[in-house]
Amino acid sequence: MVESVVSQQSAPTQSGSALSRAPAAAPREEVLRIERLTKSFDGKTNAVDGVTFTVMQGEIFGFLGPNGAGKSTTINMLTTILRPTSGDAVVCGHDLTKEQNAVRRSIGVVPQESTADEDLTGIENVLLCADFYGIPRKVSKPRANELLELVELTKYAGNKVGTYSGGMKRRLELASGLINRPRLLFLDEPTLGLDVQTRAAVWDYIRMLKEGFHMTLFMTTHYLDEADNLCDRIALIDHGKILTVGSPRELKESIGGDIIEVQVQDRMADISPAIRGVANVVEVRRTDSDYRIKTLLGEETAPAVMEAFRLAGAKVTKISIAKPSLDQVYLEYTGRSIREEHADSSTQAPHRGMMGMRRGR
Amino acid sequence: MTNQKTAAESQTISTPSDATRSAGHNSLPSFDQETSVNESPLHGLWALTNRDLKKWYKAPLILLLTLIQPVIWLGLFGKAMNFGAIFTGSSFNIPGLNIPAQELNALAGQIMQNTFGTTDYFSFLAVGMLSFISLFMAMNSGSSVVWDRRLGFLNKELSTPLSRGAIPLGKVFASIVRGLSQAAIVLVIAILLGLSVSHLTVLGVLGTFSALFLMVMGFSSLFVMLAVRSSNQDTQLMIVNLLNLPLLFASNAMFPAKLMPGWLQPVVKVNPISYATDISRQLLLGSTGMASLQFDFLYLGSFALILTVLGMIVSWRFLSK
Repeated sequence: MVESVVSQQSAPTQSGSALSRAPAAAPREEVLRIERLTKSFDGKTNAVDGVTFTVMQGEIFGFLGPNGAGKSTTINMLTTILRPTSGDAVVCGHDLTKEQNAVRRSIGVVPQESTADEDLTGIENVLLCADFYGIPRKVSKPRANELLELVELTKYAGNKVGTYSGGMKRRLELASGLINRPRLLFLDEPTLGLDVQTRAAVWDYIRMLKEGFHMTLFMTTHYLDEADNLCDRIALIDHGKILTVGSPRELKESIGGDIIEVQVQDRMADISPAIRGVANVVEVRRTDSDYRIKTLLGEETAPAVMEAFRLAGAKVTKISIAKPSLDQVYLEYTGRSIREEHADSSTQAPHRGMMGMRRGR
Repeated sequence: MTNQKTAAESQTISTPSDATRSAGHNSLPSFDQETSVNESPLHGLWALTNRDLKKWYKAPLILLLTLIQPVIWLGLFGKAMNFGAIFTGSSFNIPGLNIPAQELNALAGQIMQNTFGTTDYFSFLAVGMLSFISLFMAMNSGSSVVWDRRLGFLNKELSTPLSRGAIPLGKVFASIVRGLSQAAIVLVIAILLGLSVSHLTVLGVLGTFSALFLMVMGFSSLFVMLAVRSSNQDTQLMIVNLLNLPLLFASNAMFPAKLMPGWLQPVVKVNPISYATDISRQLLLGSTGMASLQFDFLYLGSFALILTVLGMIVSWRFLSK
């Protein structure tokens, strides 16, 4: 068993073909279908509001949105931790609310932060998870060792999790989440709070699961580059509602052109109409002194735009041309950039305070 | 690659639901579905219980402290509160009355026997201490539920096919094992410190521990129930601190109920600790009890059953919200 895992892991060349081979062998099927899924905690406002989407076999599906958008609530509903207020979902062919245990057996969960018992060793934690699924020890023991090897924790298997680094804990979570050999793996913010190297390592594991094991992955993230790099398709969520669903490329193309961002000196009159008159300009949006100009040919239009500003008597303090990126998509749909979200995170702190406590031990 | 083939084959025959799925292209050797898993509603119960117990028996310091604590209690309460000494010949000297010390001692013995059901307060208290220690262990089960919620462990449990009843039951059983182990230690230490052993029998000890089992089961279920929605361990600690000593003093564990004021006696009579202690005193010291052994056991058994069932229902409801 161990050998087979290693051979899969060390054969990335084969993985590319495996990707395309999977749909060819059989029609791609739905692993997850969600219809009008809604969760309300207080009966008035909906944390998740009529969410509908489908995840296909073998894809990495990204759930992208700012903090408090409803990502974790959705994942908690799909992993049977929370009961939906209304709506339907079919997970791996099982009804989410009527066949909870069948759903639980077919999914794996890698939570946002380490939930391993720090007083137990790595291997004890993985075996404990196996016990939760009722997997007999003669099966779970070799499997736990195999999974620990997969995430390169064999050397530390006998150490208490309290001594693990953040990255090791995350890898242990991954091993625990795979103990029941799930068809669909949920990853909630898999790289949150990890350093660059560890993040890259986690990405590699995620790709390996998809390419080496044809697993379907559902991951939430608020890192745009992560979604862009890993996901086959992305659903953008904000205020509990799905804004758009598509592949990163589709989403970028949906913006319909390059973006020229211009910043002018303060207290200027709105000169959007003048800019709209420039050739190739598709759309102009203004927030105070910032202009966001959507255009077909960014490099060629930029000088004309500058000229328009100059003619209108505006002093341009900053200009940038951006090729369509997920950042732009995000801005387009949510109306704010993800950087603002980060700057804003202090106001979000009370929301996450409860979760943050767990490190305080 | 042969490995892969056999796995694909085994997958197609493993479970019926697999057949309705794809032909197995999706799963490589190590990621086929389960073939034999324990699907009983109580699977994982022992794993949960043992997980909590490991925190105790695998941590030398905690184990040592749990051993020391009863010794301190016994030493301070049992030996320091030497009620027997009040009535001994040397402490009595009434002018004009010349009662021989020997007779005074006999009189004192009788007073002690009448009051505490045994000639020395140490034996009386040591047996009460068994209930006391078990009660404290039972009360801690609530805060461990709160910790599991805070650390996200509870959510992990909830995403697995663990029965929602097994989660609180694991806590209850872990506190039973811990409570009874500590009670056993207290008993051994008490015997070493001079607990009267004239009435001690194996059956008596077994009966005593069955009573403690029921008591811990009931109280532990109660505290798990109180904690199941809470994510604040301070609240939990407050509840425990609010209830522990009143529960203890409003029972016959430290002092005989018949000498308590009239208003307190009904409270003592409904307090399950009184019944666990009553059983222990009757079985270990041969005292005449508050009620018959049968009634004591019936009362404790009902208490344990009702609270455990109630605890399971409440936890089940709140854990599947």
